[in-house]
Amino acid sequence: MEWGWGEALKNNQMKDIKDINQKYIDLYTKNKDILHSNSSEFVNQIREKAFGAFQTLGIPTKSNEEYKYTDLSNTFSKDYTNYLNKKCENLNIESIFKCDVINLDADVFYLSKGWYQNTEKIKTYNNGVIIGSLKAVSEKYPDIFNKHYSKYADCTKDGLVALNTSLAQDGLFIYVPKNVKAEKPIQLINLLLDNNDEFSNVRNLFIIEDNAKVDIIFCNDSLTENTFLTNSVTEIFVGENAHLNYHKVQNDHNKSSNISSTFIHQSANSNVESVTISLIGGLIRNNLTVVLDGKGANNNTYGISLADKKQHMDNYSFIHHKEAHCDSAQLFKNILDDSATGAFNGKVLVDRNAQKTNALQSNKNILLANNAKMNTKPQLIIYADDVKCSHGATVGQLDESAMFYMRARGIGKKEAKMLLMYAFAFEIIGKIKVEELRNNIEDLVIRRLNGELGLCKNCSQRVIN
Amino acid sequence: MLKIKNLKASINNKEILKGINLEVKPGEVHAIMGPNGSGKSTLAAVLAGNEVFEVTEGEITYLGEDLLNLSVEKRASKGIFLGFQYPIEIPGVSMVNFMKSAVNEQRKTRGEEPLTASAFLKLMREKKEIVELEAKLTNRSVNEGFSGGEKKKNEIFQMAMLEPKLAILDETDSGLDIDALRIVANGINKLKTKDNATIVITHYQRLLDYIVPDFVHILYNGRIVKTAGKELALELEEKGYDWIKSQID
Ligand SMILES: Nc1ncnc2c1ncn2[C@@H]1O[C@H](COP(=O)(O)OP(=O)(O)O)[C@@H](O)[C@H]1O
Ligand SMILES: [Mg+2]
Repeated sequence: MEWGWGEALKNNQMKDIKDINQKYIDLYTKNKDILHSNSSEFVNQIREKAFGAFQTLGIPTKSNEEYKYTDLSNTFSKDYTNYLNKKCENLNIESIFKCDVINLDADVFYLSKGWYQNTEKIKTYNNGVIIGSLKAVSEKYPDIFNKHYSKYADCTKDGLVALNTSLAQDGLFIYVPKNVKAEKPIQLINLLLDNNDEFSNVRNLFIIEDNAKVDIIFCNDSLTENTFLTNSVTEIFVGENAHLNYHKVQNDHNKSSNISSTFIHQSANSNVESVTISLIGGLIRNNLTVVLDGKGANNNTYGISLADKKQHMDNYSFIHHKEAHCDSAQLFKNILDDSATGAFNGKVLVDRNAQKTNALQSNKNILLANNAKMNTKPQLIIYADDVKCSHGATVGQLDESAMFYMRARGIGKKEAKMLLMYAFAFEIIGKIKVEELRNNIEDLVIRRLNGELGLCKNCSQRVIN
Repeated sequence: MLKIKNLKASINNKEILKGINLEVKPGEVHAIMGPNGSGKSTLAAVLAGNEVFEVTEGEITYLGEDLLNLSVEKRASKGIFLGFQYPIEIPGVSMVNFMKSAVNEQRKTRGEEPLTASAFLKLMREKKEIVELEAKLTNRSVNEGFSGGEKKKNEIFQMAMLEPKLAILDETDSGLDIDALRIVANGINKLKTKDNATIVITHYQRLLDYIVPDFVHILYNGRIVKTAGKELALELEEKGYDWIKSQID
């Protein structure tokens, strides 16, 4: 009977996901002592709470409305090595791997398997800026740390955040105090360079106090061909009238899964511009939560994903307008080739008292092949009456008339296609404020669209074995 | 240079060109006139190689080669230029990059070295003067935010950059005020040599006050129904298209 088949299948999947969840529950229970011995009492209390939540929530499945386009069961069912104790690296990452975004003068910090790698555990600056290992900072500066840690990434709502909060022990911490303008961009590079398949949880916390200003670049690079699953959570607090330009670059490979949840909490009159560039990855899921929690806050979010082969890239965003006179604008784009799939699931929520809200949400997609597929679901939920909100989505092929026009001028098909794709992508790339980074990304995107691997020119010659 | 024999073309199984015959020799200027919807733009598009139209019968020889076998871009690099009736806007692609790609892709196809950056910029400057194209326009995206007149000037500018052997100008005069018309027509005349040929498609005789055609053809309902010297344009202006229609239908 058909009914019987369906039910059996469903039970099977249920069983699978139960097994998968159990695997991560066991991982925690078996390593609880190690996890606890590595962290402060405060962090461990939250850890316990998160683990409790994970036992109920589990890994999100497609029956979860927010994950309906992304199947995580496959990547979570694989077996990975977990580095719950910091592995003694006999390689000094700082000296081996140097990301030379051409001419970019940045303060660079490295993570591997979620563990902070720079020799200097905590770097303090004359102007009061503190940057360093999340773990080290939680012990040395508990006052600042405890005020913000786990305040923005609610570990009781999303199983992945719960899992991260249960297992994560390290990552990058950035503190920019009141009225300070950070001199250089801060670059965080999370490297996957092991010869083991590995699962890692990265945890970052960035605190930008009132009237402070900083540019942050978060790069994810896979350097070895192993299977990787990264589950990262980044919490960002932005004080009153503070400015943040945030960039995330995902440059992994077909065997990597990169799940990246970002929580941005904005105070009154703060300004955040974020640009996410998803160049390569087997599975990429970006979760973005922005809370506009003070009058006059402004958030601009841009993203572009370039997917081909069987890659899957999903951007989920939730913009919560809690106060009046806030503006938010989102523009997410996808270029999908071969049998790649993309998804955009964006939600804007405007609270009753968030009058004079301006909210824009737009998703534009190009499908280059018949088997490529895009799912898009822009949503507005509005409880205030005096607002300007708009949303929309387009899915299309390259403009045929533009193709003909270019070819009629002698431009070959391939080059014409490149020009159009590049123009499409540039609407996003052009938003990158850090010039050297923008130039480098332009170069990477062109190489990517040309079918070359995404590794930066400098890194591709220096792949570590 | 160009020989069209019994050309038939259709779109979505609807026949638009119903047996066109035309011969163009180097140095000649041909005008094609005719009422709206008679197939003028279709003929231009088929010559340029637009794959939207299906050629069902007939042949086209260009410089001794079977034109129908060549891709759009190949035709362009062999000297065919189509000035569009409705130039396309391409947001995000700058005029400079567009022209640089066009010039260098054509050169590549012909086995020539690409122009150096400075040679290219020099060429741009020279050619812009021919149609008095405002400098700022080449910093914009292709045709984006251009007025109707600017778009038409831009077509002639591109023609000047690419120096075609056979230019097919589809209603380059429509929508131009008298000053712009003069500039565009002068531009076309400046580019004229004894070796290249021009087909001007137009609705009105006024362009032909500036560009003197050797032949005037009247295209009506997919066929060339009348061919004569430049006096035909004047007669048409005087008697209107109904005169042709009444003679044919
Ligand atoms: N893309 C198209 N799809 C369907 N019909 C078309 C298309 N292009 C042109 N036609 C039809 O072909 C006929 C000739 O059009 P066209 O060549 O543009 O005429 P002209 O340039 O002489 O005004 C018209 O009936 C027009 O509707
Ligand atoms: Mg026409």
